[in-house]
Amino acid sequence: MVAGEGVGVNWLIDFFGDPANWSGPDGIPVRLLEHLQFSALSLLLAVLIALPLGLWIGHTGKGALFAVLSANAARALPTLGLLVLIVLLMGVGTDIPVLIPLVALAVPPILVNTYEGIRGVDPELRDAAYGMGLRGGQVLGRVLVPVALPLILLGLRIAAIQVVSTATVAAYVGLGGLGRFIIDGLATKDFPRTIGGAVLVALLALAVQLGFTFIQRLVVSPGVSERQAVR
Amino acid sequence: MHEEPLVRWDWIGRNWPNIQVLLEDHVVMSLVPIVVGLLVALPLGLACVRWRWLYQPTVGVMNVVYSLPSLAVFIVLIPVTGLATRTTVMIPLTFYAMAVLIPAVVDGLTAVPDHVRQSAVAMGFTPLRRLLRVELPIAVPVVLAGLRVAAVSSISLVSVGALVGRGGLGYLFIDGWQRQFYTPIIVGIVLVVLLAAVADMLLVLAQRLLTPWSRARGSA
Repeated sequence: MVAGEGVGVNWLIDFFGDPANWSGPDGIPVRLLEHLQFSALSLLLAVLIALPLGLWIGHTGKGALFAVLSANAARALPTLGLLVLIVLLMGVGTDIPVLIPLVALAVPPILVNTYEGIRGVDPELRDAAYGMGLRGGQVLGRVLVPVALPLILLGLRIAAIQVVSTATVAAYVGLGGLGRFIIDGLATKDFPRTIGGAVLVALLALAVQLGFTFIQRLVVSPGVSERQAVR
Repeated sequence: MHEEPLVRWDWIGRNWPNIQVLLEDHVVMSLVPIVVGLLVALPLGLACVRWRWLYQPTVGVMNVVYSLPSLAVFIVLIPVTGLATRTTVMIPLTFYAMAVLIPAVVDGLTAVPDHVRQSAVAMGFTPLRRLLRVELPIAVPVVLAGLRVAAVSSISLVSVGALVGRGGLGYLFIDGWQRQFYTPIIVGIVLVVLLAAVADMLLVLAQRLLTPWSRARGSA
C-alpha cells in the first residue's frame, strides 16, 4: 500500500514538474480552458432548456410526472454508453455530437429541482402573494423563485458537477479538455500523465462545488436560508 | 442501400454467453458497494443522530467525495488497487453510496416523532430494542428512498470502469466504439437500464414488505 502510494506521488511530481506539460496545445492551461468552455456551454444550454420548463411545470403543475421520470431515467442511463452511441450516430470529428449527451444529462437535475423547489413553496405564501394583488407571473418571479432558489441552485450544482465529470469521460470519444490526459495516458501507458489528469479533474470538480457554495451565500435571500436548512 | 441495421439480433444470439458473464460482473460490482455502503452508513448515521455536531462535517466530507468524477477516482486508485480490478471500481462506488445513504439514515431517524419515541420509552423498551423495533422501522421509507438513488446510480456508474479495464457491461460500449458497431452499445445501454429498473422495483417491493402499515393506512 505505502509503496504504491509513493509511486503515485512520484508520478504526480513527474507530470506537474515537467515544463512541457504547461505549454502548447496539449498543455495544462489549454486543456483546462477547453474543459471549462465545454462545461460552461453545455451547462448554459441545459439551463436554457430546463429552467423555463421546470418553472412552468412547478407553477402550473402540468407535466410533473415527466419531470420526475426524466430525472430517474437520466440517473439510470450509463454516460459512457450514451456518449459512444450518440457520437457514432451523429458522426465523429466535430464537437457538436459530444455536446448533446452532455446537455441531455445536465437537463434532468435542473428540471426536477426547479420543479420541486417551486412546488414545495408554502401554499399560504403563494395565496398571500395572490391576495396582495400580484398576478401569476409576478407571483412566480417575486415570491416563488426567491423562495425556491436554494433548491434551484442545488439542481444547477448537481448538473455542473455532472457536466464536468461527463466531459472527462467524453475525452474517450475525442473531446478535448482534461480528460485527454487520462485517456491518452492510459492508451500510451503514460501513468504520470493519467494520474496528473485525474488529479486536475478532481480539483476542478472541487472548485465547481466551492463556487456554487459561494454563489448560494451570495444570491439566496438571508430570510430564506435562515428558515430552511439547505444541504 | 445497404444500411447497417441498428441492432443485429444474430450477434446478440452468438455472443449471449459473453454478455452473461459481463452482466454477472456488473451485478457484483454494483451490488457490493451498495451493501457495504449501507452497512457503513447505518452506524455512521446513528452516530450523527446521537452526536449532532458530527453531522455537518460528515455531510460536508461526503458532498466533496460525491462531487469527484468517478473516472478520476478510479485512476487515482490504480497505483493502490491495480488496473482492471474489481476493487478499483468498487471502492469509489461504495463512497458514492455512503454519500447518499448517510443523509438518508439521518433524515429517516430524525423524522421519528417525539411522542412515538416517548411512548416506546414509557413502555419499557431498552434503547437498543427501541432502535430496532421502533425507530429503524419508521426510518425505513426514507432510507429505502436513498437506497434506490444509490442503487440506480451505482449500476449506471460501473460502466465507466470499462475505461480502466473493468466495467461489466461497460465493456460493450468500448467494444462497439472500437468497431463502429451499434449492436453491443445498444445491448449494453438496454441491459444497464433494465438492471437499474429491476433493482428499483425490488427496493419498492422491499419497502412494501417492511412497512405494511403504510399500505393499511392507504396512500398518504
